[in-house]
This record gives sequence, structure tokens and C-alpha cells, in this order.
Amino acid sequence: MPEFVLTVARFGFLILLWIFVFTVVGVIRRDLFTGGRSKSIVASPRGVGGAVLQGRPAKVKRGKAARQLVVTAGNLAGTRITLGEAPITIGRAEDSTLVITDDFASARHARLVARDGQWFVEDLGSTNGTYLDRGKVSGPTPVPLGVPIRIGRTSLELRP
Amino acid sequence: MTASAVPAPTPASTGEMSRIRGLKTRRNAELGLLVFAMLLVAAFGATVEANQFDEIRPNFWVPAALIGLLFFGLHMVVRFTAPFADPVLLPSVALLNGIGVAFLRRLDLENAIANKLAVPGFFAETSGRQLAWTLLSLILAAVLLLLLRDHRVVSRYAYTLGLVGIVLMMIPAVLPASISEVNGAKLWIRLGSVSIQPGEFAKLALVSFFAYYLVRKREVLSLASHRVLGIDFPRGRDLGPVLTVWLFSLLVLVFEKDLGTALLYFGLFVVTLYVATERSSWLIIGLILFFGGVYVAYLLGDLVGGPFANFYDRAEVWLDPFSQANYERKSGNSFQLVQGLLGLGTGGLFGTGPGAGSPFKVPEVRTDFIFAGLGEEIGLFGLSALLIVYLLIVERGLHAALAVRDSFGKLVAGGLAFTLGLQVFVILGGITGLIPLTGQTTPFLSAGGSSLMANWLLIAMLLRISDAARRPATSGPERAGGGPKKAPTQLHGAMTEVIKP
Repeated sequence: MPEFVLTVARFGFLILLWIFVFTVVGVIRRDLFTGGRSKSIVASPRGVGGAVLQGRPAKVKRGKAARQLVVTAGNLAGTRITLGEAPITIGRAEDSTLVITDDFASARHARLVARDGQWFVEDLGSTNGTYLDRGKVSGPTPVPLGVPIRIGRTSLELRP
Repeated sequence: MTASAVPAPTPASTGEMSRIRGLKTRRNAELGLLVFAMLLVAAFGATVEANQFDEIRPNFWVPAALIGLLFFGLHMVVRFTAPFADPVLLPSVALLNGIGVAFLRRLDLENAIANKLAVPGFFAETSGRQLAWTLLSLILAAVLLLLLRDHRVVSRYAYTLGLVGIVLMMIPAVLPASISEVNGAKLWIRLGSVSIQPGEFAKLALVSFFAYYLVRKREVLSLASHRVLGIDFPRGRDLGPVLTVWLFSLLVLVFEKDLGTALLYFGLFVVTLYVATERSSWLIIGLILFFGGVYVAYLLGDLVGGPFANFYDRAEVWLDPFSQANYERKSGNSFQLVQGLLGLGTGGLFGTGPGAGSPFKVPEVRTDFIFAGLGEEIGLFGLSALLIVYLLIVERGLHAALAVRDSFGKLVAGGLAFTLGLQVFVILGGITGLIPLTGQTTPFLSAGGSSLMANWLLIAMLLRISDAARRPATSGPERAGGGPKKAPTQLHGAMTEVIKP
């Protein structure tokens, strides 16, 4: 084998090895930002090019759909729960989805249920009541985005 | 027994994928990286043949293709059982494993040429055996992925696993030296030609146990404390478990004559404690205890010898490997370390090229010193690339730990990823003279079945946890209804994810 080929092979291998490392880093990088980017890339073409009549209602609903429940005040401030279709129970009981350690909360305080993409808050007979913005919740009440649900000292909001 | 478990999750997860379009499983990226990794292994093989035979034989790609086929099998298992798993873990580990096999084959080839033997077949000699071990490891990893659909199930068997871990760890210490001792370290069970290193498996069991224990005790450990000099020190009675493990790891050090394993177990426990409680005081206490213990062992080795003598020798050799006295020591001389260092030095920045070095000058080049042998041929540039691959694997493990929603999974993933990193540090630090040399295997590279199997199981567990971490959170109803098992009640509040503002 000529010396030249051996040298090329030797350095070629090292270069390939580093390219592999950078490709891996690239995949990780894309993975990190995939959440933010996919929203902007996937959502807009569908609104522009999709079937208008059928696509529109679905799109509107999807755009307004709540994706996260965020605790904005209280001990658990900063907690986020990614919403799916499962109901979310809130209370001091340890099997609740969101366990709040608040003196004014009951063991099973309130429940959030999704119906056709709209979330409803429902009080489960709590001692101190559940409030949607300022009003007391008596039956299942639809929860708009960004309106605080107050339970004792804790406040929660739905976010897109 | 899998038949009942398999049909339930599959339709649910495919439904999930179509529902949430933004989240990609990224399995194709994994496949692409895997192919790239195998190309690298083939390139390594080709360069080796160019250097050893002066020609590249037409079937140079066969070993890379064989091992690539095995990884492809695991990739398919991941595709169906853990579709949201981290796309980077499998190809990175595959690269290390493949380079390990290719380097072992290179050693076999040189051996055959030097002894004027026929070129060994693809399934012969050390590399063939390593290939077989890889197959076995991948089967184990696939079985783990198939059987364990939810990592939280492991927490039910935590105490059993803890016991198993301690038993596995102690077996070599109590066995007679004729069965358990290899090169002065009692880490093995040798039965005829097969030798097993039970400690490799013990760490997996112990991580699960520690994680379970700490999930239950984290509040007590993190809340009750005295503040001294700005550091929160836990109460004396909460220190109990860490002191026990400390004593235990010192016992391992004494009876198994192995600093590396002791450091591994102890570091593992301290870091899981730190992750569970978020208190840096545990790290400080741990480091002080470990260095204190090691220094005492060193002094005792000088004064009384006996079980501490081995460690004393290693420490002396580490302090000055190039001194004539250490090179000619009666027990545990610095020959290995010096040859390894000279090998790395010969390699320099870019190495001699795969297949062009003389790795047989380094003793134990197939196992403990494989990094020194590789380092001579791929140089600092190549070695640092491999180290970054290790770093990325550890980083992905820690990332899975951060992203997974339940505390048990967090602690297991964090502990496993950290163990892997620590093991690489211990052996590489030993070879390069940063810390006293101890006989650890280099994960995925060294020849040896136990290490390979245990580390692939570790990766399978990380894949499972990272799948749970990246899976969209809509799987609530699926878990409750069709999912195989309900979460244990001790791990309540598991689905809430606290992001500190």
C-alpha cells in the first residue's frame, strides 16, 4: 500500500469519527428545540394549504386548545402539567394528579375534565370552594385560557 | 408470557403518534446514526487491513456488517417497544462496541501474522468471542425492553434487588482466592474457562435499590438538618445509611483489593443521595469520607500491610511510575502503567493510524488497557472523540433523568448514567496516571462478557426511561386501563413535573 493511502486512511478515520460526534450533537440539538419549532413549522402550512372547509374548525379548536396546566401562585408555583385527555384531579389526597399542600384545600378538591377539547372545572364538594377568576364554581364550568382557577392560596391557569 | 402484554400497548402508542404530530419519535435519526457508526467501524477495519496486510481484502466489511446486523435487531426492538426513546443512545454505544470488536480483531490479526498462522475467521479468537458476547448482551437488552414496559415496575422488587446486589458484590470477597482472584483483584467467579464478574451486575441492582430507598426517605434526608458554616449537614441518624455503605465499600476495598469498585459503589450512593435531596453537603461529606478512608488505607498498607498492601503498592506506583524502584517492585510494579503511558505518548496527537501501532507492548491490552492500545493508534484526537461519545451517552442519561416525570425514574436514570461516567473516569484516570490504577473494564470497549452484558442492560434501562420521559403525557388513560401495571402507591404525585421558576 502506498504511504499516501495509509495517511489518508489514518486521518480520514479521525475526521469521520469527529463528524460522527458532531452529527450526534446535531441530533441532540434538533431534539432540544423540536418542541418550539414543530409548532411554528407544522401548524402554519396546515392552516394555509389544508382543506379549508373541513380544516378550519379543527384548526381553530386546536389553536385554542389548552396544552398545559400551570400553577401560578402558591406552594407549587411553577409546576406545569402537560394536558392530555385524562381528567386532572386536584387536592391534598396523595392520589390526585396535582397534590397541593394548602391548608385551605380539601382532600379531593376539584377536578378538570376535557370534553371535545374544552376543559371544564368542577368542584368536588370542597370545604372552601373553588373559584374561577372571581366567581365561585358550582357546577361544571368551562375554563377559558389564562383565567385563574383559585383553590385556597393556589392559583392555576390553562395555557396553550 | 409476553403475549398478553404485547398487544395492549402497541395500538395505543400508534394512536398516540398520530394524535400528536409535533412530537417525533426520531427513530429514523437513530437508524441513520447507526449506519454511520457501522461505516466508521468498517473504515477502522479497512485501515487495519491496509496497515497489517498491505492490502484491503475484499471481505474487510464483514465484521462491521455482522455487528451492525445485531444492532439493527436491537434498533427494531426499540422501534416497537420504546418508540420515543432517545435516538442518540443506541448509535453512540454501538459505535463504542463496534470499535471495541474491530480493535480486538486487529489484535487477533496481528497475533496471527506474528505467529504465521492462517487469518482467523470472523467468529474465532477474542473478537469472535466478543461478537458472541455482544449478541448475548443485545438479546438481554431486548428482553429487558420487551418485558419491562414501565420502569416503575422495578421499584416493586427494590428490596430483593438490593439484597441481590449486595450478595453479588460480596460473593468474590468470600470465595477462595483460587476461584475469585485474577491479577491480585478478587472480583471474579471463575468456573472452568468462563469467568464472571458479578460486581458488574451488582451495580444495576444497587442503583434500583438506592433509588427506591431514597424516594421514600428524601424528605427526611433533605429537610432535617443543622446548618454549619453555611452548609446543611443532615442529622446523625439520617447519616446511618451512607455510613453503612461507606463501611461496605471499604470492606470491598480490603477484601477484593480493588479501589475502583469501592469508588464506584460509594460514588454511586453519594450521587444518588445528592440527586434525591439536592444538598451539596452530601457530596462534601462523601468526598471527605472517601478520601479519608483511602488515605487511612494507604497509611495502614504502609504500616501493617496485609489486606491493604495491594492498595499501598498501587498508590506508590501511581505517585511515581517512572522511578526505577517502582518499576522493579516485587509486587505490583509499574510496568503496566509505564507501558500504557508510553503507548499513549507514542500515539501523540493523531496516532499511528489503526493497525500501525504496536499495542502488544502494553500488557492487558484486550481488557483494562484497551484505551492505551487504542490511544496509540488513533491518538489524542481519536481518543477525545471517543471520550465525547461517552460524555454524550452520560449526558443523554442525565437528560432522561431530568425529563422523566417520576422520582424513581429520575434517580435510577441519574444513578445509572453517573455510574457509567464514573467507571470511564476510574479506568481512564488509572491508565493516564490521574488516579491510582485499578482494574476496571472500559465499558463497551474491553473484551469481556460480564461488563458488556451489564452495560447493555444499563443502556436498555436508560432507553426505557428516556422513552417514558419523551413520551407525550397523554398516556394517562392508557396506563390506567390497558397498561400492564399500575404505579406503586409509594411513588405518588409521580405525574407532576416541577420546573423551578
